[in-house]
Amino acid sequence: MTSANPPHDAGRAGLGRFAQRHPGLVGMPLFLLLFLAVTVAIHPSYSSFDAQSLAMGAMPLALAAAAQTVVVISGGIDLSVGSMIAVTNVLAAATMEHANFGQAVLLSVLVLAIGAAMGAANGLIVVYSRVPDVVVTLTTGFIWSGVALLILEKPGGGAPDRFLSLGAGTFATPWISGALILLIASVAIIWIPVQRSRLGLLLYAIGSDKAAAFRSGVNVERTRFLAYVLGGLFSAVGGIGLIMTTGIGSPLAGVYYTLSGLAAAVLGGVSLSGGRGGMVGPVVAAYVLTLIPTDLIFLNIDPNFGQVIQGTLIVLVVMAGGLVALLRARKR
Amino acid sequence: MSAPEILLAVNGLAKRFGAVVALRDASLELRAGEVQALMGANGAGKSTLVKILTGVFGADGGEITIRGRACRFRSPAEARDAGLVSVYQDPALVPDLTVAQNLRLARAPLDAARQWLTELGIADPDVGAFVRDLPFQTLRLIDLARALASDPSILLIDEITASLPADLSARIFAIVRHWRERGRGVIFISHRMAEVSVLCDRATVLRDGVTVGATETARGSEERIVELMLGYEVARAAADTAPTPGQPYGDAVPALEVNHLRAGRLLQDVSFALHPGEVLGIAALDGQGQEELFDCIAGVRDRDGGEIHSHGALRRFRHPADAIRAGIVLVPANRLQAMLPQRSIRENVALPSYGPLSRWGPIAMRRERGRVENAIRRLQVDTRAESELRRLSGGNQQKVMIARWLASAFKILLCFDPTRGIDIGTKRQIYALLRELAAAGSAVLLFTSELPEIRLACDRVIVLFGGRVVREMSAAEADEATLLRAAHGLVARREDAA
Repeated sequence: MTSANPPHDAGRAGLGRFAQRHPGLVGMPLFLLLFLAVTVAIHPSYSSFDAQSLAMGAMPLALAAAAQTVVVISGGIDLSVGSMIAVTNVLAAATMEHANFGQAVLLSVLVLAIGAAMGAANGLIVVYSRVPDVVVTLTTGFIWSGVALLILEKPGGGAPDRFLSLGAGTFATPWISGALILLIASVAIIWIPVQRSRLGLLLYAIGSDKAAAFRSGVNVERTRFLAYVLGGLFSAVGGIGLIMTTGIGSPLAGVYYTLSGLAAAVLGGVSLSGGRGGMVGPVVAAYVLTLIPTDLIFLNIDPNFGQVIQGTLIVLVVMAGGLVALLRARKR
Repeated sequence: MSAPEILLAVNGLAKRFGAVVALRDASLELRAGEVQALMGANGAGKSTLVKILTGVFGADGGEITIRGRACRFRSPAEARDAGLVSVYQDPALVPDLTVAQNLRLARAPLDAARQWLTELGIADPDVGAFVRDLPFQTLRLIDLARALASDPSILLIDEITASLPADLSARIFAIVRHWRERGRGVIFISHRMAEVSVLCDRATVLRDGVTVGATETARGSEERIVELMLGYEVARAAADTAPTPGQPYGDAVPALEVNHLRAGRLLQDVSFALHPGEVLGIAALDGQGQEELFDCIAGVRDRDGGEIHSHGALRRFRHPADAIRAGIVLVPANRLQAMLPQRSIRENVALPSYGPLSRWGPIAMRRERGRVENAIRRLQVDTRAESELRRLSGGNQQKVMIARWLASAFKILLCFDPTRGIDIGTKRQIYALLRELAAAGSAVLLFTSELPEIRLACDRVIVLFGGRVVREMSAAEADEATLLRAAHGLVARREDAA
């Protein structure tokens, strides 16, 4: 109880402080490097082809994680991310099958708009009905899973080869795939302007403390709504990414992307209670989660163990986060 | 001399929440270059008024004009744009954002905020620090600096000096005076009468949601303010009932003895003894440490210092179950914290007796039913809606919360504001029950926010102010006026006069 403690901690080292403030930016990339090193160690013939399939496998998941991250940072949750990916994916696959490249690009813009509209529907229902977001997005998720099956009964459809090569091709060296470039570009194009603008501040603010944000003059409802719109938009990018990397529409993709996307967000340092976390951590965590079953195949272990390991990892990471917070609280 | 401009005029403001009328007819007038105190006892409607002024709630009736223009704010942002900014008792800062981001959130200019922080004694503030890492006092100053930086013509300050050290309070007063000199208006809410008479030009007093008067705060106006807060009810309360005569306890071992208890920001140093057969009342305004006191004794939270003895033994409870095992039970202020609203009366009453997990096997229904029925009968609970507790009236729910402890055995009953929002008939029944329990040898600690009721139920009362006991008196002396004065710190501290 000293008077007027200056909010000052000049003594703390720059890098340590950076790591503490942006845990996702430091921890997860290190973790991924470790995983890659292990992968190369157990599979010395790791080639550019493996890197490419990793990037292609991880891209839709990373976008699912990005979609979930925006909503969770704002203090909500979106259990319809996977279904929105499925709808946008089959929509693209069904309409692009006989289109040329130019039409396919135009169609993807339309699909992005539809994704944002689905997110907007989530947001409107959550804000106006005052039904908990878990319930709302779980049910809209069911609806959209049904819609996806109505559009495409079973996996199929397609897109022009030139369009698919945007994701499946490589860039400059065979190690850098189009999927990686597209992922980085799309996340950067959507997220950086948001994060730099007032909207980014508002998303973190309402996720951290809705009441304090409201009293600070924030329009909480509008911000929540926009978080779901962004979630829908990222999901649509994921849906298009899924067709680019697999070549077909998969109406049943929903459940995997909802759950693993949420897992990647948590693993990437996004707090489920909102207000904390960034975009880099979840995206990198999606790579880690994609790498696990690959490593198990290299090790000749049933890849279904992947889920067990994935779950264990999440528990450990979340526990470690809690431990750090506890130690810091003790120190004070 | 021309009259100063009227910055803010509030006329006949009304607000109800369901059946509860928070504001009936609130009015006030703030002049340019004036610091005005807004005063009133607990539940008089001060905070509702502030929240309507800053756009947190809409009003049901009445009007607000700023410089003669009618305003109706739908959000704090709109109020801010009209030049009206509030600093709340708990800082409205978002924990996971940095100081600079919080300033941007409220569109407060960074340089101005820095300058105000310097003036508040925080030279060279680190605006990149996360709010969650900063001590509470600093947050209050940042919240104030943020409000000042947006340069409002009307500043509302709600209880900012509570639990701040004197030197900081002095700095805040200097800034408030500066604000006045610039021809702005300040509405200052405080329970500390001394501060009000030093700092404020006038005081507007609310009682039961009605503005009952405005008075100049010259020397000696404290009595006038207390009178306004009390109103005509003094006479009525005094005639109410004859208090029970206090019994001498001599050297008997107290049921509960609290020594220099300290917890959190609010509970500073409280000591008292509670004897078997006694109902000890606690009178205090909101936030004087009474919540922490009850939570510590009931094992809901751990203390930061001091001792708790019950029946002669030093106790340290790590969990409410420890306290219950020691015979100390709590009826909390918020019934919802303790009850299972969707379950039946019987289950709610029987719940605490399921305590030890080691007791396996089926529940002895017959024995349980007997005990529960006995407790319900004693309390005259209306059992027409017994299958779901939530369908009972508030008063009956509260009775069930007490009944559950009757069905178990306890030695010390802690009641935290058990009659808030309960009709007068049920109140009487609850107080009669507390008396009956004491007569049977239990010790009862009762906090009530309704001061006139202290005499109805208690033998003795202690008054808390600023986390300390400032006054102890017998129920006979404890009329509302005396209690209210003491609760505002208008008496010399009992022993540790600082």
